[in-house]
Amino acid sequence: MDLKVDKQHSDGKTFVTVAGEIDAYTAPKLREELLPLAEEQNQSLIVSLRDVSYIDSTGLGVFIGLFKLIMKNEGELKLVNLSDRLERLFQITGLSNIIDISTNSEVGYNETIS
Amino acid sequence: MEIFKSRYRHLLRRYLKESSENALYQAQLFSRKSILQQISPEEIISLHTEALKEILPDLPKEVLLSFDFLLEVMVDYGLAYQEHQSMRDQQLEIKSEIEIAASIQENLLETSIPQLEALDIGATSIPAKQMNGDFYHFIHEGQSVHVAVADVIGKGIPAAICMSMIKYALDSLPESRKSPHFVLESLNKVVEENLEEGMFITMFYGMYDTVNHSFTYGAAGHEQGFYYHSAANSFEDLATKGLVLGVDQNFTYEQYQKQVEPGDMIVLLSDGVTEARTEEGFIERSVITGLIQKYKHLTAQEMVEQIYRELEKMQNYEMNDDFTLIILRRKV
Repeated sequence: MDLKVDKQHSDGKTFVTVAGEIDAYTAPKLREELLPLAEEQNQSLIVSLRDVSYIDSTGLGVFIGLFKLIMKNEGELKLVNLSDRLERLFQITGLSNIIDISTNSEVGYNETIS
Repeated sequence: MEIFKSRYRHLLRRYLKESSENALYQAQLFSRKSILQQISPEEIISLHTEALKEILPDLPKEVLLSFDFLLEVMVDYGLAYQEHQSMRDQQLEIKSEIEIAASIQENLLETSIPQLEALDIGATSIPAKQMNGDFYHFIHEGQSVHVAVADVIGKGIPAAICMSMIKYALDSLPESRKSPHFVLESLNKVVEENLEEGMFITMFYGMYDTVNHSFTYGAAGHEQGFYYHSAANSFEDLATKGLVLGVDQNFTYEQYQKQVEPGDMIVLLSDGVTEARTEEGFIERSVITGLIQKYKHLTAQEMVEQIYRELEKMQNYEMNDDFTLIILRRKV
């Protein structure tokens, strides 16, 4: 299945909308799109997962790598619009305690996906 | 080659005479055979030219010359074909190396299920691909039975190498440091230091005291297991908190304890069990407890095998994740 990644910059923040399934096949693409953003100092990254139906362990690894890199560069990472299923995944893995996640949308951000 | 020549001539002659579908089909069969015999595209053109000369001796010189031209054009195709051939050989070589690696892994990770008066234990772990990213390990020491279940992120060979690392780290821990939170904290450090960024391992670790019948456990981001209360005939989630291994070196892991009564069961699994997908969606955890109810009259080993078979059937025999299921039941 295809993965769509859409990026918008506004107000010094980067909004990313991801749509599709994040698994061993699509994870490399997501890593390629997100890691360069995390390389920037003080990056403020908000990733919407509203249209992500499934994340497998490889996909979760992308978010862990992303989180570590952003912390190193003193930035911020926020995952928003998680489905209940995804929220449970972040809770079970203990990641919800270290990564800022939310089942709600981020205010002031107009989600579009091309 | 002579046989090929006369066969080709025969087939071509027949087609020129009949122009039939069947004669064309024979040409397809011929090409399949010549690929098996590693005959190159240029050689086929030579065959064609030779055959044509014999069938139509009065052919204009220009037509024959045009085949020399075509031959030159086909040279690069021939090279590409050779490359393809050598890649296929390499692939076979790699495949056999993976088979060897898989069998080495099997030996390295071999663990035997302890046979005890007090406990009935069943375990199964089935890889989706050749190399298993799931792992379980039993250690029977004194009056304790230790059980570890882990799932390495990613699949295939890198995951398998991590498994071996974990097993050796586990085996080298001294007995005094085998309480679950110690084990998880030690492994967390090993994994953090040795794994690439973005890789991680989930793990459940438990310790069953066969004299006091207490079960002490902790987990690092692992799929929750179940606890079956025999007296109430009910299940509860084996709730645990804890970050996956390999993310934060200084994480402290919590430890929990349950008093196990006769007939009670501890069910441990990998997320390959609950992330299993059918045409209607994911398999709910209630499906798993339902299956345990259905087969609870069997021995622990028979149960895990039956449950695997049913889940495999639900997914049309296509498991896309490694599958691990362990059941420990207090006998008396």
